[in-house]
Amino acid sequence: MRIALRIALAASAALLTLGVAQAQETTLRIGTEGAYPPFNNLTADGQLVGFDIDIAKALCDEMKVKCTFVAQDWDGIIPALQAGKFDAIVASMSITAERKEKVDFSNKYYNTPSAIAVPKDSTLKGVTKEDLAGKTIGVATTTTHFNYASKTYTDSTIKGYPSSPEEQADLANGRLDAIEDDIVVLQQFLDSPEGACCKILGQPSPQPVEIFGPGAGIAVRKGETDLVNKLNAAIDAIRANGKYKEINDKYFKFDVFGAES
Amino acid sequence: MSVVMRAASDIERPPPRARGWPRTRIIGYALVCLWIVFGLGIVSYLFFAWNADFFAKYAPAYARGLGVTLSLVAISMVLGAILSVPVAYGRMSSNRILSGLAYCYVYFFRGTPLLVQTYLVYYGLGSFRVELQTIGLWDFFKDAFNCGVFAFSLNTAAYQAEILRGAIESVPKGQWEGAASLGLHRLQTLRKIILPQALIVALRPYGNELILLVKASAIVAIITVYDLMGNAKLAFANSFDIQAYIWVALVYLVMVEILRHGVEWIERRITIHLKR
Repeated sequence: MRIALRIALAASAALLTLGVAQAQETTLRIGTEGAYPPFNNLTADGQLVGFDIDIAKALCDEMKVKCTFVAQDWDGIIPALQAGKFDAIVASMSITAERKEKVDFSNKYYNTPSAIAVPKDSTLKGVTKEDLAGKTIGVATTTTHFNYASKTYTDSTIKGYPSSPEEQADLANGRLDAIEDDIVVLQQFLDSPEGACCKILGQPSPQPVEIFGPGAGIAVRKGETDLVNKLNAAIDAIRANGKYKEINDKYFKFDVFGAES
Repeated sequence: MSVVMRAASDIERPPPRARGWPRTRIIGYALVCLWIVFGLGIVSYLFFAWNADFFAKYAPAYARGLGVTLSLVAISMVLGAILSVPVAYGRMSSNRILSGLAYCYVYFFRGTPLLVQTYLVYYGLGSFRVELQTIGLWDFFKDAFNCGVFAFSLNTAAYQAEILRGAIESVPKGQWEGAASLGLHRLQTLRKIILPQALIVALRPYGNELILLVKASAIVAIITVYDLMGNAKLAFANSFDIQAYIWVALVYLVMVEILRHGVEWIERRITIHLKR
């Protein structure tokens, strides 16, 4: 009998150590990357700032929920959402068919085009497959830009980076002939001292919606339709009441929302 | 040099096997069961998640990545071994400057993460492009694989130097004195008497270092080398399927297991004269 009791105790202790953290319903935990300025970025003292963060805060105010932010590496951001580390991803994630198999998306909250940047002394003339043949292009992996570059620039060498700052550093270093990224992210880099080396060469065209998707949306776990509806309503609301424009103008000189859908 | 001989009664023997079900045994069995459950969980996951498309699509990339990982580790290990000889010599030298230099080298490379060293070599040296170009080294450092080999060789050389030093110093001084009294040159003594004994001691740590290097090699994925891990990341990026990482973990496990058995086999061979 004592043996059985001990085994039962040991088993329950093992189960306790496996105890799973309970999801908090009262607060919405938002995951973001923190390495994609000006959309989301970690400041030197560890604060998350940027367009995504401000939009998320505005949406939370609109939905009247309390929000907390979690910084998470881009590569693992969808698995972390699925594992319940947070409840929504507001990290400039493009709405794509592949991602839709794993997560549900809100409507887009902005849409900006992809562009190619090169060193200022580059002899490259354009951004077609032929122009970039034989060149080395740096792109952050797990992005729509990476998918586009891998499919389009098949005669070039595509180098995958963990995030945008690394690819930008290597362009400045001269290891790369070109980088592809969101035009706003590239512009932010070019405006910084490190980006003085380089210039925007152009935008790949056409930019098929099958690859790039309709824009950046907010990802939630599959089946959370209620949250998606609330987020969509909140996006419409901040678009209508001027809050979106206020945040937009804080960061950009033009409307990043793109065409009304 | 005195070799302390202990009386047979002083030798610590393992405690007699406990009877019944003491608490530690129950915890032990419970933990082993837990691990078995985890193991079965992974196996069953892979069984149910088995996806012929995934395999057909990414297996060749994994194989290419494995090739990159193996060549990176092999080259770094050999270069590190060569570099470790002068460092170990410096560490054992009575010359203050030499031993100070070697000490600092080992101190730095053992005291900082390999990840940081790899980043410093790749992105850090990258920002000295003009200077490197003038001395003609840029072509070497432009390539990410070369940077990886460079950082890994320097890092493993520090560890291997300590292994070598420890092993040589573990051989009793009497062996040196004995050899000297027979008129053997110091280099001869080292090669014919000291090293054969020292390398037996060093084998296990060398094996461990190799295993650590195999696993550490996964970090070159962040400097754009498409090694095994890099290809797994790409496969995951395209499929969002977590089995991309499970497969890669299994491949590393198999590699480490082969290395472990290899080291054990070598050890059995070279310690045959010590067995009774």
